[in-house]
Order: sequence, then structure tokens, then C-alpha cells
Amino acid sequence: MLINRDVSKFVYILFIYLLLCNSVAQKIYVELNNTVPCVRLLNATHQIGCQSSISGDTGVIHVLESEADLEWPLSKGPNPPYMVLLESSLFTKSIMMKMKNASSRVAGVVVVPKTSPPEFSPHTTCPNENTGVYTETYDHNLAHCNTTVWNPRGNGLSYEEFDFPVFSLKEDNETEVIKQCYFDHNRVVNGSGLQYPLCAMQLFSHMHAVTDTATCMRRSSMDFSTSPVMVCDPLGGYNVCAFIRPYNSTAFGHKENESVVIAAARLDSKAFFLEDSTGAEGSVSGFVTLLAAAQALCEATQEAPRTRNILFAFFHGEVFDYIGSSRMVYDMKNNMFVIDLDNVHSILEIGQVKTCISINVWTYKCMDIRSNNNESVTNLVKNLQSSTAGLNFSFVETDFSQPLPPSSFQRFLRARAIPGIVLADHQTDFNNRYYESFYDNAAHLNLTYPSNLSPEEQLEFVTDTAKSLTEVATAVARTLFKQAGGNNSQVNKINADPKTVTQMLYGFLVRSNNSWFQVLGSSLRCVFCLSEPNPPQYYVGVAKSSHQANALTYLVQYLLANLTGTATNLTQSQCKKPDELPNESTYLYSYLWVQGMVPPNSTQRESFCVRTAVRLVKAVSPAFDLGDYVSKEYSTWTKSQWKFIKARIFLVASRDLEMLTLGVGVAVLFTSLLVTYFVSTKADVLFSSVREPNNAAY
Amino acid sequence: MTASVFFGCTFIAFGPAIALFLFTIARDPLRVIFLIAGAFFWLCSLLLSSLVWFITVQISNKESSSQQKGLLIFGVVLSVLLQETCRFGYYKLLKKANEGLLMLSAEETMPISIRQLAYVSGLGFGFMSGAFSMVNILADSVGPGTTGIHGDSQHYFLSSAFMTMAIILLHMFWGVVFFDSCEKQHWWSLAVVVISHLLVSCLTFQNPQYVGSLVPTYIIVFLVGLWAFFCSGGSLRNLKLCLTCKDKDFLLANHRPR
Repeated sequence: MLINRDVSKFVYILFIYLLLCNSVAQKIYVELNNTVPCVRLLNATHQIGCQSSISGDTGVIHVLESEADLEWPLSKGPNPPYMVLLESSLFTKSIMMKMKNASSRVAGVVVVPKTSPPEFSPHTTCPNENTGVYTETYDHNLAHCNTTVWNPRGNGLSYEEFDFPVFSLKEDNETEVIKQCYFDHNRVVNGSGLQYPLCAMQLFSHMHAVTDTATCMRRSSMDFSTSPVMVCDPLGGYNVCAFIRPYNSTAFGHKENESVVIAAARLDSKAFFLEDSTGAEGSVSGFVTLLAAAQALCEATQEAPRTRNILFAFFHGEVFDYIGSSRMVYDMKNNMFVIDLDNVHSILEIGQVKTCISINVWTYKCMDIRSNNNESVTNLVKNLQSSTAGLNFSFVETDFSQPLPPSSFQRFLRARAIPGIVLADHQTDFNNRYYESFYDNAAHLNLTYPSNLSPEEQLEFVTDTAKSLTEVATAVARTLFKQAGGNNSQVNKINADPKTVTQMLYGFLVRSNNSWFQVLGSSLRCVFCLSEPNPPQYYVGVAKSSHQANALTYLVQYLLANLTGTATNLTQSQCKKPDELPNESTYLYSYLWVQGMVPPNSTQRESFCVRTAVRLVKAVSPAFDLGDYVSKEYSTWTKSQWKFIKARIFLVASRDLEMLTLGVGVAVLFTSLLVTYFVSTKADVLFSSVREPNNAAY
Repeated sequence: MTASVFFGCTFIAFGPAIALFLFTIARDPLRVIFLIAGAFFWLCSLLLSSLVWFITVQISNKESSSQQKGLLIFGVVLSVLLQETCRFGYYKLLKKANEGLLMLSAEETMPISIRQLAYVSGLGFGFMSGAFSMVNILADSVGPGTTGIHGDSQHYFLSSAFMTMAIILLHMFWGVVFFDSCEKQHWWSLAVVVISHLLVSCLTFQNPQYVGSLVPTYIIVFLVGLWAFFCSGGSLRNLKLCLTCKDKDFLLANHRPR
């Protein structure tokens, strides 16, 4: 079976190669290269996303001009099925639902992102409603967003299931080709019928997994050959964690007399088209603020010992039912992490922070009067309020009746009532008009640069957004310092660096291939020092078994390492094996080889070794370790596998011409059979006039 | 375009060839062998001409389109000349083989006459030539699209199929005439065969004006077919006899013991 599969793969690749190298195929098809598909995701109960048939879906292209124009593909058009081309302003729930209901006439949908609509959020109205702390058993009034609907603009489009493919086009040249083809061949002229040949498109995005996670995991493991074929992959990645005072990384479980304050932020986000996730307000603002706070704190705390340790935790996969934070809580409960829940003193989480007039402070009021958590929370809020002295904003505590917004803190609360706060810029529901959508990008965060700057100058330019986030970072750093028992007199020396913040915002949202990221990056893990100028992908991706994280995780890891670690004099080989040196220990620290700057007089980079407490901690949902694929407690999200995804456009001929060709062919065949039969039976007679004397065999 | 176009074009291009093979060649294993050998000789000529083409294209200036066009014309002419040379080589080989076969076989008469060999070898050339012309195009005709998005004509598949049918028939007729003129040492008719082959190949430069290339080609097919008919022993009288069903009387009258 193994050989058959390899042979068939080889034959398949040869076929595709021949097809692509074939000049006849080049006369017929125009391949579309920069497409982003909508793929299928599965969880314990549902499948969401899009699916095409196994040999692709072909449809006549129709460019939709308005919602009323939908009548043409859905009922009036004479050549179904249609491939509907939409601009981003028409990509709404009502249009997509109408097309979903008439899916026999719709072969697929192609979205061309242009101008941002005024608001658009394809996420649900109540994000992560089943895996937070507010469940039915906890409090009926607070469950399922009965009190506050967090994302009222959410239309749930990302969570719908479509049985036709939906693609998004990235590049504009290809869209022009498609529109030109449409205008040349598909336009209705003066109400008369359409003339064949028509311009059509074919989309291939066949997904292997169906129904739900339990089904696809069962099907994946049923294959008993030596190389099992996976039908779907669990989502997951790595959390980035750094202690101010690191512990021995091999000693798991409870640490006596250690008390840790966790400062958390979320790394990931998603969009309808997963590879196009940006998440500027949703996640980038939060973790950039935390990175800047970490840098400020580490600069200030070199000398003074503190009573409590601080853990900077950047959780990945939070959008998909809190993959990262549920994993950390699970590890803490099962003694698989360097500390456990008893060691956690309090939690400070940074949520969506964009505007900086006032940041709202969400606290969790514990109902249990036996614990002294309420006092701790009050202390925390007091520290927070006092940290804004001299800054241009203030913290506002929200009303007692408001529940916590969706945040990683909720997963900790689900396990134990720990005091903590969540910082966000919204008072009740989200201010973010583009929550978990493609439009939550640099422009939405008001990152505007003067037009005459080069990319390097833009990197250094401090935007207003950067200034506001710097202030928040300063306040957070000071709060953490006081929470960790630091000396009050030192507090006002802690300040976040606006240049760092603006460089981070530029790198994460505008252009990641900039000189600062290249300096701080790794030459080995060259995932982001390549020529790719675009921002990294914020979607969490699948958990790879090969210990490879995605570009975003490495970026955050190396940034945190450089901002909080110390540069050493080790050589590259020493950096790989530092245990041999007397003062270095891989139990406490990790050693990363950083590219470094290019000095003005030479071309070689001056790389160096950074000693840092930053570690990558695996973030895969515990449901997959436990084998409980219908778990209601943990995330069960998986992504389907597929063979290939592509799109192409071409002309289609009318059915009549095809039938005519077949008819002519059959007629020619029959005629030639008849004539040949006639000639061969009469051959003696027909070819008889010249008889050769010595060879008369016929 | 779809399966119907695929089958339609296959039947158009290979219909006469399949019919001829089924009714006249398939029953006799010796004819099958000589058919395949003929196909192989055509393949040899293609190998040689493609080698020369490949080398000259690599040497040439890829940017200049006039040079590329000139190179194409040179390639076509060279290929035609090489095919006819291989046909001549095959003829020589068959003559030698016939003497050898006669020596080996127990019968007094040759198992296969030179005229039949001419027909079979011509058909072999035609099969292989048709296959190389058409298979690429047929493979792409199965897909959902048709030509035209870059401005080509829509009738590409159909006209390729008709052209291939013409070429197969022509190779068969040329085979008959060629061998016959070699037997009778009529070198001028040999030259006419080569010139008509060149003419048909150069007519394809008229594409995509398919009318301009297909109509003259079919006229040439008809003319060469007539010539081959007369070369291989046909006459108008025989044809009339066949068509008016008086052939049985003729056979009885001319019956000879075999």
C-alpha cells in the first residue's frame, strides 16, 4: 500500500508537471496564484468552513454589483452554476446566507477585499461562551452573554458551514484579469442572451475531514500502515513564557514559598479567511503593551530583589476556546509546569487596548467570603490606580454587575478563584468594529505615517497610537513592580520606551521584514528574515509535531529575549552548549543566537548570544492528550487536511458545440468503418488491373 | 472541454485509421509487425529532427521573434525531409528483408507483397504522426475549459483533429506512391511526394486561419489519394464495376487458380 501511494503520488506529480509545462494548457487556463481559501475547521459538535467537490467546482463568473443583482445567479441566469465575485462591501451575512440556500446554482464565491466596510465582524456575538468561567452551573444570568453581549456586530459568518468553496483574492493584477475576462465575454448586452464562450472559474479546495473532531480523529487512527494518513490536525502552537527570576525548568510542581504574579496577553486572532488574520486591536495592541512593560520592568529590576516573581505569559490559540491558557492551567494542576496554581498570587491581563483616554479595569468579585481574594483585588486596583501618576490617562473600574470579558483569566478562574484584573478599552461591549476580521489592521489602529518617509524612517517614527500604548505599558510595569513587592520610591523611574513600542507596532502590523526585526532575529530560524514583507500570520495554525512554531511565536520569543535578556560574550558553539561553562545553566536560562547589526564598515553581521529566561511552552488542548474529542471542558478544534488548493479561469464552450463535436466524431467513425469494410471486401476487384506475375497473394 | 469533445476529436482524428486497422491489418500478424516497425521508423525521424531543433533553439537568440519564426520554418522543412528519408530507409530495409524472408520460408511465394508493405508502412507512419500531433491536445480537451482566453480561436481542438485525420490519410497514400515509384524507379514522382509533404506542412503556417490551411490540405488529400489508388492497381472501370455491383461476374470471368 505504501508503494502504491508513492507511485500514485509520483504519477500525479508528473501529470501536474506535464499539465503545467504543456503549452496547450497555457492556451486554455490562467492559473490564479495568490488566493486565500476558506478551509474547514471541526470541533466536538460541528464542522465549519467551506468545501469544494473533489474535482473542483466550475461556474460561470458573475460579478455582483448589488444585493438586488443576486437574482441573476440565484434565479434568472440561464447558465448555472455561477461563480459569484463579490467586493468586500457586499460580503455580508444576508448575501452569503442567500447563496448558501441556493447552493445548487452557486458553484463558489470569490471575495475581493477593497475598501473596509464601516463595521464587520464574522465572529460570534459571544466569543468562547462555553469555555469561559460563566457557565450555566456558575450563574445562569451571566452565562451565554445574557448580561452583556460582547460582540454585538458579530454575524457569525466564520462559524457557518458552506458546501461551496469561498476564496479571497489577494493581488490586484489577477483581479483585473478576471474582470477583463468577465467584461469581454459575460456581459449581457441589451437584454439579449449571452454569447458563448463564457468566462468561467474553477476552484479546488476539497477537505478530507467531515462531521466533527471525534469522527476525523477516529478515521485518522484507523489506518494501520506504517505511515498513518491524518485527516485532520489539532490546532495549537506554543505559549511564550518568561519569569523575571527563572526557576529550574526540569523541576515541576509546587514551589515552596514562591508567589508569582502572572501578566498575560493573547497572541493570536483569526478572520474568515484564516491566513489573512491581522488582529491589530484584538491581540497586537495587547501583547505589544505587555512586551514594552516587560522591557521597562526588566531594566528597573536588575538590582532590587522582590518578594514575588513575575511571569510574563503570552498565550496562543485563545480565539479557539482558550487553547493556550487551558493548557497552562491543566499543566499547573497536573504538576507539569514549573509552578502550580497555589503559587499564583494574582493575574493581570491586557485585553484590547486601542484608545487611551481611559482604560477600563475589569475585576472579578469573588462570591466566596472565606477567601481573602477580595482584599487582594482591592490592593491590585489600588496599585493600578496609583501607577498612572504623571500619565495622560486613568484607569476606570467597571460596574460590579459586569462580568469579565472573554480573556485568558477566565480559564484560571474556572480552576481556582484567583484575584486578578483585565484591562481593556471598552466599558461594556467591544469598541472594536472589526473584531476577528480581516479589517482589524494597521489602519484601524490609526497607524498613520507621513507620506514622504522611507520604510526605515517609518520604523522609527513614533505614532500617536504608540505613545498611548507606551503610557499603558508604563502603568502596567509600575503596577507589576508594586505587586511584586518593589520599593515605592523606585516606581517612578520605570518608564516604557515609545521607540520600542512604535518599532514593534510597525513590525507586527506593517512590515515585518525591517531592519530592527532582522537585528533581533535568528539566522537559524529564518522564518521572518526572508523577503516576505507582509506582517506575520496571526492565526494559531496546527500543532506541528516537529517542534516548529510559527513565525509569530518566534518573533515574540526573540523580541522578549532581547528586551528582557542579557547579551553575553559566548561564541556560537558555546551558545549551543553553554552547560560546559561555569556560570551558565540551561536549566535556568535558554541561550539564543541573535543575528545582530551590520556595523557601518563591514557587511558581516555581528551576531551574539543572548541569555534569557524566555521559554516556549507547548500549547495544545488537553483534550487531545486525554483522547476526549467530545470534551466540553477543553478546546477540541481541529483543521481538516487537503491535497491541494488552487483556482483557475478559462472559457467554456456551449453544450451545443460539444455535442456537435461528438456527433461529427461518431459520424466520421461510422463512415470510415463502412467505407473501409466496403473497400476491403471488394479489394480484389478494385486493385486488380495490375497483376504481378510472381507474387499474387492478396 | 469535456469528455464529449475528447471523444469527438479522438474519433475524428483516428476514425479512418482505426477502421483501416480493424478491417485490413488486425487479422494478419505479419502486417501488424510491419505496421509497428513503420511507426518506429517515423519515431526515429522525429528523434533526429527534434535533436537538431533542440540544439538550434538553445544556440539561437530567444528574444528575437523573427529568428524564432525562421527557426520554426527550418525545423518543419528539416522534419519533413528527415521523415521522407526514413521512409526511403524503411523501403530499402524491407526489400532486403523480403529476400531474406523468401529464402527462409517454405512457400514459393512471398507472404506479403511490396504493395501491401507500402500500405502498411504508410499507415504506421500515419499512426505515429497522428499520435504525436494529437495526444497532447486530447489530454487537455478533457478538462472543463476551451481555448480562447488569450485570444486564440475557439475551434482549435476541432481543426487539430481534422488536420490529424488528413495527415494520417496522407501518410498512407504517400507510402503507397513512394514505394511504387521506388520500385519503378520513377524519381520524379518521388520528388512530387516530398514536395506535397512540404506543401501540406507549410500550409499549417496559415493557422489560426483554419479555412486557409484545412481546405487546401483536403484537396491535396483527395488528389494524392486518387494517385495512390491508380498506383495500387485501381482504375475507373474497377470502380464502376464495384459500385454497380457487377463485380461478382467479373471475378468469375477472371477466375484464376491460386
